[in-house]
Amino acid sequence: MLEVRNLRKEYGEFVAVDEVTFALPEQGALAIVGESGSGKTTTARMIAGLEAPSGGSVVVAGEERPAGRLRARERRVRARQIQMVFQDPYASLDRRQRVGDALAEAVGFHQRLPADGVRARVAELLDMVGLDDRQARALPKALSGGQRQRVAIARALAAEPRLLILDEAIAALDVSIQAQILTLLRRIRTETGTALLFITHDLGAVRHISDEVLVMQHGRVVEHGPVATVLGAPQHPYTQRLVASIPKPGWTPRRRAERAAA
Amino acid sequence: MTEPQNASPLLHIDGLRIDLPLDGAPRTVVHRADVTIPEGRAVALVGESGSGKSLTARCVMGLLPGSARIHGDVRFAGESVPGMNAERLRAFRAAEVAMVFQDPRAHINPARSIGDFLIEGLTTARRVPSGEAVKKVTGILREVGIPDADRRMRQRPHELSGGLLQRVMIAAALAVEPRLLLADEPTTALDVTTQEEVMAIIGEAREARGLALLFITHDLELAAAVSDRVVVMYAGSTVEELPAARLRAHAAHPYTRALLASRPSVFDEAAELRSIPGRPLSGFEAPEGCAFSDRCTHVQDVCRSERPQPSPHGDAFAACHFPYVLASEETADHA
Repeated sequence: MLEVRNLRKEYGEFVAVDEVTFALPEQGALAIVGESGSGKTTTARMIAGLEAPSGGSVVVAGEERPAGRLRARERRVRARQIQMVFQDPYASLDRRQRVGDALAEAVGFHQRLPADGVRARVAELLDMVGLDDRQARALPKALSGGQRQRVAIARALAAEPRLLILDEAIAALDVSIQAQILTLLRRIRTETGTALLFITHDLGAVRHISDEVLVMQHGRVVEHGPVATVLGAPQHPYTQRLVASIPKPGWTPRRRAERAAA
Repeated sequence: MTEPQNASPLLHIDGLRIDLPLDGAPRTVVHRADVTIPEGRAVALVGESGSGKSLTARCVMGLLPGSARIHGDVRFAGESVPGMNAERLRAFRAAEVAMVFQDPRAHINPARSIGDFLIEGLTTARRVPSGEAVKKVTGILREVGIPDADRRMRQRPHELSGGLLQRVMIAAALAVEPRLLLADEPTTALDVTTQEEVMAIIGEAREARGLALLFITHDLELAAAVSDRVVVMYAGSTVEELPAARLRAHAAHPYTRALLASRPSVFDEAAELRSIPGRPLSGFEAPEGCAFSDRCTHVQDVCRSERPQPSPHGDAFAACHFPYVLASEETADHA
């Protein structure tokens, strides 16, 4: 359903994303991993249409996405295909709007429904992400970080997208809450068939939730394959180093070659 | 291997309680913290947000706000830290303890050079001549993996990456020649490969200097890898303390076990992810009984009414009415 071909992003002389090519099947789950500055977030933002590529193409459901400014109607069509959830849910929620109202607004934006239809859909979304009526009446500031991220996910799902992009969506949450959100995302994928694209540096989460993984370094894809293969028997030296730096029983931190120019 | 029990510990936190005014009224944010670090040893303090781990560390540095009420005992080499006056506290921080924080950018003056930041403590608090201070700091920068020290000392913080800046923070801490290093989530904002480098640097510095470490983290796996013992805090209380090597198999507190099971492993394919329901509580929200009772799968009536006290099992302790004990361990203990 998503095909990315030779995607490229330049900022002046600097090449942030260099000839990235991959495909994500309908209902699939792919993770892009890499360190800060590897180009993983820029890639995601170009796919979501938040950033204009310098070259290459993004094809969604067989249709190439035109670059440049879009009309409101086109943006709406796009939003119904791809939604994005960010690391900090508080920054992406209106802090004066009650959670239930925010979801009703998102539902109304994407679907023409009578008032009781909107209410039913909001209830369905709340239920899907594990929030109750009390939380629906609350303002974002009264919710915990994990609950806010559930609201952000519910709002993204209001568009019934075919692809959900999660940009470090669990990175800022407590460990016990990360597991809840990962479990939720797995359930959503099974129940709705929404394809998932994870942008993350957390290889443990990748193993748990993704079918395939793409490893990026300095804007380029250095390794791509099924999660068990890439993390179990990494081929590229960079992937090997990434896997070797994860703490595990018997692990002793070691200094690798000093980076020549940091 | 057993710890020598007679040696007096470098750091001894015993029944620490901290009250802070929240919305005008004093609230208990740390109910009971117990941490012991012998000279030269590393202890990891693990917990989620609100657990009180950072407040406990700040209390050791004498960094709590003046409005804080401190009960219980915090002793450094036998001396009470809350009992220190301002002058003694300054000398204590200039020579005996040092702290490294999660966000080095928030703790280094952005307008001044790295060199000024590094030598300031030596030239002011310890009256080291500036030429000698520069020489010393240059040596420490090389030690923490910054070979072009002269150039870096002339640069300003914004010219350095997060990983490099964290090394500068560690260099500043080592310049104090402390006996105890406190590190509060020093690698949380860093990439995993940079995290390994930073932890290796701290490990080497500890070995070279016989430095003790209090390592604050939310990452149990990292905690176990870099420390001798692990202390787990939840909602303002120490719930478990045990040798790091036995964390995975022998953790007795349901919270420790649940936290271990909720981390997806890169290496264990078969391991099922088990999330903990609800959210972590802050110390001031902790209910009457066991603070974890609302989220615990083994909860009984007594857990909701009586707060469990830390009780020893083997050379570890857990504060739980129904601690998990391995069948083999039980027979070994009674043998």
